[in-house]
Amino acid sequence: MMAPLFSSKLLIVLIFGTLFGLILGVLPGLGPTTGGALILPFTMTLDPLSAIVLLTSIYCAGTYGGAITAVLINTPGTPAAAATCLDGYPLAQKGEAGRALGMATVSSTVGGIFSVIVLVFFAPVLAQLAYEFGQPEYFALAIFGLTMLASIGEGSPIKNLIAGAFGILISTIGKDFMTSIDRFTYGINELSVGIGFIPVVVGLFAISEMLTQSTLLDQVFKRVALKAVKLPSLNDYKKTWKTILRSSGIGSFIGVLPAEGGTVASLIGYSEAKRFSKEPEEFGKGSIEGIAGAEAANNAATGGAMVPTLALGIPGSATTAVILTGLIIHGVRPGPDLFREQPDFLYGIFGAMLIANVLFFIFGFFGAKLFARITLVPNKILWPMIFAVSVCGTYSLSQSIIDVWIMLFFGVLGFFMRRFGFSVVPVIIGLILGELVEGTLRQSLVIFDGNWLMFLTRPIALTFFILSLIALAFPLLRSKKQKK
Amino acid sequence: MNNVRNKKRANKSLPFFFKDEFKVFFVIIFVSTILLVTTFTFDKVPPILNRGIQPATFPKGLLVLIMFLTAVIYYLSFKNPWKKEKKLPKPFFLTIFSFILFIIISKTLDFFLAISVLSIFVSYNWGEKRIFYLLLVGILFPLVVFIFFEMILGLRFPPGIITNLYYY
Repeated sequence: MMAPLFSSKLLIVLIFGTLFGLILGVLPGLGPTTGGALILPFTMTLDPLSAIVLLTSIYCAGTYGGAITAVLINTPGTPAAAATCLDGYPLAQKGEAGRALGMATVSSTVGGIFSVIVLVFFAPVLAQLAYEFGQPEYFALAIFGLTMLASIGEGSPIKNLIAGAFGILISTIGKDFMTSIDRFTYGINELSVGIGFIPVVVGLFAISEMLTQSTLLDQVFKRVALKAVKLPSLNDYKKTWKTILRSSGIGSFIGVLPAEGGTVASLIGYSEAKRFSKEPEEFGKGSIEGIAGAEAANNAATGGAMVPTLALGIPGSATTAVILTGLIIHGVRPGPDLFREQPDFLYGIFGAMLIANVLFFIFGFFGAKLFARITLVPNKILWPMIFAVSVCGTYSLSQSIIDVWIMLFFGVLGFFMRRFGFSVVPVIIGLILGELVEGTLRQSLVIFDGNWLMFLTRPIALTFFILSLIALAFPLLRSKKQKK
Repeated sequence: MNNVRNKKRANKSLPFFFKDEFKVFFVIIFVSTILLVTTFTFDKVPPILNRGIQPATFPKGLLVLIMFLTAVIYYLSFKNPWKKEKKLPKPFFLTIFSFILFIIISKTLDFFLAISVLSIFVSYNWGEKRIFYLLLVGILFPLVVFIFFEMILGLRFPPGIITNLYYY
């Protein structure tokens, strides 16, 4: 499994990716999704395996990195670390920042490694199942993915559905892939090839965050001093091992479902840790179990989210959507054939994720204090720099100035979407699934001779449609239960 | 909790067209309608070549779905009004203005110059007054990024009054 990784070049890529991911994770507002999108153009100089190893190591380390700022400045570096703030910061305020970060580091590593094991065993099984899938099944699966995203993703399910539909709508811009008829191009030649993924991602994540930061300039962070990261004591291990394992399982499962990956996983991991705890009253006041529950779950979601990405070509989270784009750019088509034809490539990715989890443990343990200092860079210096990289990165893929303008447009749009409670993640997933949804629908209708009811005659497709309906009904049932 | 309640109350007292719910509803419906009208201008595939559905059908369906769901969230907002958002501060509008400035300069003068101007403008308006740091974010860093992209990725930036000095 590790054989392809025993080259100095790949190890350097892994170390760089892990360090870069940690820095991205530590900086509030940035994160593995934005960072992955920004670094995507640079991967063009690498071979496919190195490129994907770089992106996956950023993903793993970036997800953990968010915990450092969550504990020390009560601001999650990434949305996935939001639940870590609840107990990490109170514990740090009690003078135990080192203990809090130690637990976050250990549980993130265990969660991450657990999820890679799930990935290694589960992805090939899912890929094998996918051989049974035809166009109608893929269409139903994509619909299921989008409805799951709406129902268990962050925020209002209806707003998530609107955002997802909007993402699919963006994918229809340009020449229709079946008939070459222009759609929504308004006579602009550059739009006939469609809207690229990178301008949209960088706009929705980096530029909209820049605008958000412009509204938070008077915000002052209260930093808690950190002497050194401490390994958890035997007593802490005794208290948390069940929580870590439970959250690792929860995180891996949530990760497999197309949703907001680590963010949702950490919230569920945290609430389940509280439910099973012998000291639930300690939660919110600096519970070590709370930190373990949230951190094991969000890192476990990384491997889980890679399962549908590699086995089916359906991203499990926004960051895996970037990784999926990286795969496509490098000519690698995810799906069952990838498992049969390029096992070395896949095992290289699995091995890289495993090593990345070990590397961020080492870097996090010895370098958390240093990484925390990165947050001292003021926004008035940091964000203009990020803007320069965003602009050049976006321009570089197609060498088109129109892409830069599209990025700015989506930046402003993303800001207002977030302001009014629309998550931007469904837009990304919708954009990447758009062609699959439309393509499989139209090809299915050709097979069925235009008869929509024929979808119901396919057992797998029907199952996915029923699951989609359940996914849509789930938020309604949940809100009724909460009212009771 | 009280804060949220107060904010909700504050939003309730406004005429409906000033409320965020209505503004969002109006913008989405307005844009979707324009796009929906546009779909009727798409070329049609002749029946003999048409397999499956027409190219306009899928976007039409999506737009109708978006409009329907938008109507649903607007309806639901009568029962559960959204919390009123804080007024946007001056630096936000200056940052938006800097984007417009960027587009104008990159189109008419120079791409690199546009990045520099935006970086200095944003940094200054966000509170950075020290010349050294303004030069760092406005000139030194964009220069490093420019050279990096040029040399590592072999990227050729669009011609302009400053970029031409480098290329010729």
